[in-house]
Amino acid sequence: MADTSDLDVAYVAKLARLNLTGEETRLFQKQLSDVLKYAAKLREVDVSHVEAAAHAIPVFNVFREDDPRDWLTAEQALSNAPHQANNLFIVTKVVE
Amino acid sequence: MSRPALPALNIADLQSLLRRREVSPRNVLDALQARIENVDPEIGAYLSIDFEAAAKEAEKVDVDLPLGGVPIAIKDIINVAGQPCTCASKILRNYIAPYDATVIRKLRAAGAIPFGKTNMDEFAMGSSTENSSVRPTRNPWDPSRVPGGSSGGSAAAVAADAAFGALGTDTGGSIRQPAALSGIVGVKPTYGRVSRFGVVAFASSLDQVGPLTKTVRDAALIMNAMVGHDPCDTTCLNEPVPDYTAALGRDLRGMRLGLPKEYMIEGIDPQVKSAIDAAIKQLQSLGAEIVDVSLPHTDYGIAVYYFLATAEASANLARFDGVRYGHRAENPRDLLDHYGRTREEGFGAEVKRRIILGTYVLSSGYYDAYYLRAQKVRELIRQDFARAFEKVDAIVSPTSPVPAFKLGERTADPLQMYLADIFTNTGNLAGICGISLPCGFAKIDGKELPIGLQLLGKALDEARIFQIAHAFEQSTDWHKARPAL
Repeated sequence: MADTSDLDVAYVAKLARLNLTGEETRLFQKQLSDVLKYAAKLREVDVSHVEAAAHAIPVFNVFREDDPRDWLTAEQALSNAPHQANNLFIVTKVVE
Repeated sequence: MSRPALPALNIADLQSLLRRREVSPRNVLDALQARIENVDPEIGAYLSIDFEAAAKEAEKVDVDLPLGGVPIAIKDIINVAGQPCTCASKILRNYIAPYDATVIRKLRAAGAIPFGKTNMDEFAMGSSTENSSVRPTRNPWDPSRVPGGSSGGSAAAVAADAAFGALGTDTGGSIRQPAALSGIVGVKPTYGRVSRFGVVAFASSLDQVGPLTKTVRDAALIMNAMVGHDPCDTTCLNEPVPDYTAALGRDLRGMRLGLPKEYMIEGIDPQVKSAIDAAIKQLQSLGAEIVDVSLPHTDYGIAVYYFLATAEASANLARFDGVRYGHRAENPRDLLDHYGRTREEGFGAEVKRRIILGTYVLSSGYYDAYYLRAQKVRELIRQDFARAFEKVDAIVSPTSPVPAFKLGERTADPLQMYLADIFTNTGNLAGICGISLPCGFAKIDGKELPIGLQLLGKALDEARIFQIAHAFEQSTDWHKARPAL
């Protein structure tokens, strides 16, 4: 398992698209390093012959016919939009 | 102050009155509203209530339906059409649910009235309800203490007779732990037993919806109404739905209950330990046989849980990007500024902390060391339970190592807060079912604080843990005690 000092909160925050203040960054660095130190106990476990469990029960793809059915109207789907016009979501400019 | 008669009733007794037409659904709703207005300013269990819509439903509901005319409080992570669904987060402060979650649709079909939304830790991340962006909820037994979490509003409402029953969600103990700390019954169904369509996702391989109630029978009644296959949730099991009340009243002769030696840890409160010891003797006196079992990977549960749950949360919470719904930062410079500030302004500290941890354990170079290894240890935990259930019908333990703690006592140290789930989260990791029910009180600072007994059952074996829990409950008076509010 990687060394706990590898955690760089400022870098990970960029990956997560989440701005943090300097104070939050310092606090999380300390708190999450403590969590990682605690979790280092997982290194003790021999997992060489174990299959990873993504779910506790078998989960399969579930298919259905691609039949149209009634669902939210455009108006309902837009009802919580922070910014909308002409039945469309208005988004922040993506291309120059 | 004398206790108003109607709100103090459990669901089964309330239904008898409704079906004999001694009270109307409207009488019930009015009495509940008065009780909430009386006690909730102090407890803070509710985030929003729509009595007007509820009154309309009460006028036309069929009281002979399984939950006909029974108002049910709903954790604010479950969509109820036309009501806010905020997850106690600033990022969803103005969100109004455009549709009913499947569990709500099923409860309505059974005649229940979902009238209000309860407080919680933001996005269900926490064990005390202090991570709500609105306000903490207080424990009805001692308002200087937490009700547990994350379904703390649902638990406190039921404990304070400000709800007849409630729905919560349980990802690592978020129904059972607040039920224990608030002195009521809480059930985490088997993974896949209840549809999660319309329930805001936290950790998708762990989350389940379940009831919080005053009695075991009430929990079985709500379960009867909410379980079953849903084509809108691919993880929802297509298995027969039993009548969970059918086994209530059967005795425990021949029942084998496992006592895991790993659960008698240091740090367990002595009053909790003696209450659990007494509960085990009581179960024996009812005919159950106690068998020592071993769950050797128990000690790794918290570490596994916090890697997997935060990894899944970091992916699930990526949808809160300020585009289609929720908060959006003002005047962003560009798209990165839009995302970064929207999420900075919208999420609270614990949610941010978990997004960081989850993103880290999934990031390039660390995935195998953290996420994949945690998934493998999860498999070992699942095998521990499978082996134990070859020998026993159910497993007995404390629900929480401690009774309700003080507000602010654990907020500075996230790891201490995470350890609150030590007896519950392995049940989520293994996908099995569990129930917490009252089994005694700890006396601390002159106050009586409830203690919870946990029963864990095999996948889809809810009927059996209801049977055991009901037998224990009916042979004790713990569930009859109510806080002095």
